[in-house]
Amino acid sequence: MEAQIGLGNFLTVGAILFTIGVFGIFLNRKNVIVILMSIELLLLAVNINFVGFSMALDDLAGQVFALLVLTVAAAEAAIGLAILVVYYRNRGSIAVDDINMMKG
Amino acid sequence: MTLPLFFFYLFSATCIGAAVMVISSRNPVHSVLFLILAFVNAAGIFLLAGAEFLAMILIVVYVGAVAVLFLFVVMMLDVDFAELRKGFLQHLPIGMLIGLIFLIELVLVAVGFVVSPQVAAESVLPINDTISNTRALGQVLYTRYVYLFQAAGLVLLVAMIGAIVLTLRHRKNIKRQDIGRQVGRKRSEAVKTVKVESGKGL
Repeated sequence: MEAQIGLGNFLTVGAILFTIGVFGIFLNRKNVIVILMSIELLLLAVNINFVGFSMALDDLAGQVFALLVLTVAAAEAAIGLAILVVYYRNRGSIAVDDINMMKG
Repeated sequence: MTLPLFFFYLFSATCIGAAVMVISSRNPVHSVLFLILAFVNAAGIFLLAGAEFLAMILIVVYVGAVAVLFLFVVMMLDVDFAELRKGFLQHLPIGMLIGLIFLIELVLVAVGFVVSPQVAAESVLPINDTISNTRALGQVLYTRYVYLFQAAGLVLLVAMIGAIVLTLRHRKNIKRQDIGRQVGRKRSEAVKTVKVESGKGL
């Protein structure tokens, strides 16, 4: 069953998802929440690539690394949303335009 | 077209469609719901690739935790999303250009990609088809990759502490119950005996 789906298929889906993620960051320049979701899409695309290679090369290591990417993505989402909540509490908005106020 | 290939195309088409809706949806709540749809379909793709454990983890961790966290935040913050969408199309041309170049490059790589047979033969951990995927992952995760596993745990710990530290706040002007103080209070601190002359008040 697994040999019927080629590596190229997985890589193409991963590439399209990654592009959509990058595009989403450009498109929603002001909305941090959608930017965070775009980052999740990027990481998902990376995971699809890892799993595709794992299948094609018959190697379990790819799945282990996909697991680690999942962990980092979850941590990133938690921290990102926490920063977002604190920012909203201080400013009353989440517009990215004046986020550069945060620097030291 | 074989059945697995059909399902692969079905899952990937839905996944990509949902991803497009995530970035173009007007309402962030819809974005989050489409993100969940994309994750579920990605889990289907993982299943087709033989990574069952990752597929289940994707559903449990992403749909169950991360996406719901997003949903919480989107609904908790009372943000004027129409205001945020102003100038939505302003960056469209440059984004489109960069996205297109990026996509062409990536697809060129993906299509013209050939794995050298030498690399394919030197698999680090050949997949053992006689045991389940979860078991095979567990067997290497706690032995060969134990340091990476611990590091991942550390990352999660730091993220947890960081999120708590960031969002915890002590408000000065609200009254909380302090059970220690409440129980340790003495009679002399609480009750005062006053002698009141009759006919006068306090």
